[in-house]
Amino acid sequence: MSVDLLNFIETVLNGLMSGVMYSLVALGFVLIFKASGVFNFAQGVFALFAALTLVGYQTGQVPFAHLINELFGTNYHHWYASMPNFLAIILTMITMIALAWVIERLVLKHLINQEPIILFMATIGLAFVLEGVGDLMWGSNVKVLDVGIPSGGSEWLEQATIGLAPEGSDYYGMYVDVLNVWASVIAVVLVVSLALFSQYTKTGRALRAVADDHQAALSVGISLRTIWVLVWAISGFIAMVAGIMWGTESGVQFSLSLIALKALPVLILGGFTSIPGAIIGGLMIGVGEKLAEIYIGGFFQIGALENWFAYVMALVFLLFRPQGLFGEKIIERV
Amino acid sequence: MRIKQLIIGLTSAVVAISGFVEIAVADLKFPMLVYRTGAYAPNGIPNADGFVDYYKMINARDGGIGGEKILHPECETGYKTQVGVECYEKNKENAMVFQPMSTGITYQLIPKATNDGVTVYSTGYGRTSAKNGKVFKWIFNAPATYWDGASIAVRHVLKENLGNIKGKTIALVYHNSAYGKEPIRTLEVLAKKHGYKLMLLPVDHPGQEQKATWLNIRKSRPDYVLMWGWGVMNSVAIKSAASIGFPMDKFIGIWWSGSENDVLPSGMGAHGYKSLTFNAPGDNYQVHKDIKKYVFDKGEQSGDGSHFGTVLYNRGLFQAMVQVEAATVAQKIHGTSKITAAMYRDGMENVKLDAKRYQELGFKDFAPAFENTCENHGGSGLAAVQQWDAKAKKWNLITEYMYGDSEVVNKLIAEDSTKYAEEQKLTLRCN
Repeated sequence: MSVDLLNFIETVLNGLMSGVMYSLVALGFVLIFKASGVFNFAQGVFALFAALTLVGYQTGQVPFAHLINELFGTNYHHWYASMPNFLAIILTMITMIALAWVIERLVLKHLINQEPIILFMATIGLAFVLEGVGDLMWGSNVKVLDVGIPSGGSEWLEQATIGLAPEGSDYYGMYVDVLNVWASVIAVVLVVSLALFSQYTKTGRALRAVADDHQAALSVGISLRTIWVLVWAISGFIAMVAGIMWGTESGVQFSLSLIALKALPVLILGGFTSIPGAIIGGLMIGVGEKLAEIYIGGFFQIGALENWFAYVMALVFLLFRPQGLFGEKIIERV
Repeated sequence: MRIKQLIIGLTSAVVAISGFVEIAVADLKFPMLVYRTGAYAPNGIPNADGFVDYYKMINARDGGIGGEKILHPECETGYKTQVGVECYEKNKENAMVFQPMSTGITYQLIPKATNDGVTVYSTGYGRTSAKNGKVFKWIFNAPATYWDGASIAVRHVLKENLGNIKGKTIALVYHNSAYGKEPIRTLEVLAKKHGYKLMLLPVDHPGQEQKATWLNIRKSRPDYVLMWGWGVMNSVAIKSAASIGFPMDKFIGIWWSGSENDVLPSGMGAHGYKSLTFNAPGDNYQVHKDIKKYVFDKGEQSGDGSHFGTVLYNRGLFQAMVQVEAATVAQKIHGTSKITAAMYRDGMENVKLDAKRYQELGFKDFAPAFENTCENHGGSGLAAVQQWDAKAKKWNLITEYMYGDSEVVNKLIAEDSTKYAEEQKLTLRCN
């Protein structure tokens, strides 16, 4: 196999892996949109908040320490030296569930039957509030997140593929980041679990009923508010998984909230209401942008295509298939 | 009765406010454009803390500068150019100096500050050709410019290769902004001079995702990678380089790509990463002891004090020290402690920091000597290379402070500043 072909395969493979990382963020958007028709602009901040909270628990940081010390003249910073990863993850999950409940009580409850744009605006506000609260609670320092997931290039793959190149060629072997492989496995487990949950559990069926028709679900006794809390909690859990993956890759810092921008073209491609769509859309965006950066950018001697090329793909899709690949076509009677 | 009370109340308020304004005018106002929030906060916070702690220490230890207290109102820019300009407009009244902490904001402020008669000090960033004091009367960028930085990085590469880098490839991974693009011109000229191939790899804000960039590097295998990054871009780049197995000792960042924030997330993977610097690392200088005594021990430190002695905190101390020194010089030149913005500029133009003065200020061996003159607003142009020791979690200086390629850099500065002077129809100074 020629080195060029091997490099092309490597680019596609890495694009797919990056795509999975985008899909992890997009999944949270889809779940909430399906169940409540709300486009949750705060999903990226959810991921940031979850990652901050996880590191905070891991390292025994006192929440709001700066504020407490400022108000009471104390000097508290840490409760304890460290906490086992498993326990810290459980506590973070509980925090995200509590957050979902608070959001339902303080925001959503008061906006039932409002226009979607009002709910969307509320989530924009929520994003800023949550970012500010995260800053106050845990501080803005860059935090190292390590939950034991290995990262770095896979030596096994490098060794396995080094012999594929023609003899005498200067080829290193194929590169894939192990962290991304883990992200892919976790994404598959998440999607399968969500599918099983929604197909085979009573709550899952209730969730689908709400997603299909709020009024009809209410008429058969399904509590809309309980479902909303549940769905926001699940999406908080997914945000935590995304936060762990992205935080492990780049450290936990406030730019993490901007990963939501990566999920938007994924949603446009895959459709706002489809879980498989979020995965397929993510994969397409991941591969598309990597190929664009390396091959189109390389050919025309231009760079930094990676970020905006995803939106070019999304725009093209909007022109020809506005509901996305797997989204529901919305037909409104007039 | 009520009207009488109202009149008395209003009169008292006016008197009180007038008194306050009088005090405020007498004080020395050093507005701070900071970014304590947003994507670049992890870099903005330690730097701003360094400034604030130094100003507080000077106010507490010396009673201010020549008896005049330092006022340092903060304005949050979020590293956004437009917001930075708004911050400038809000705070320019009676301001001595602005430190924009962003090359994009600096570019916008150059014509405004020149018109308003306010000093802009962009320490080791901003528009490189502002070094030419003949053209840029109000702008200073000492102690070194990005073009110095680019040529010092190449000089380091040359040293490692016994002076011959012909046929080698040097990649520049840069923040796709005015800041990141600044060294390109110098690196292109140096590429012609030394015969190396330059590979340009821009990374869009904020730089969270760089996989394609590093796949490109893995495929093209440049001999060295230089980086002009900021914020999350730095840590992702270092982690990506480690992940693809790029040798860390061949990866050199500019002085804004060499803080603890940039290397810590990569753990041992960052071991051996290099960056330029124009000030030393560490927290055992006299200035640190004074800050501990006059600020920390009273519980008045900025933030939680956790950034004390870090690279960006120390950079903030250095920047604040130069700004304070400029005021001291201005007071001496004009024989008054109550200096104006114009007098302050004179002070900045006559700052001379030699070994003796550094020692007096508590900065002994902290940075190389430099002085500003009418012609030269860019200082000495000296910088050293520091290397990250991931085991000890500290930066070590591995070279002496060295000059860049002044032959190339000065020519480029002359060209660029002359062009600017012609565009703006400016009369050259210092004749």
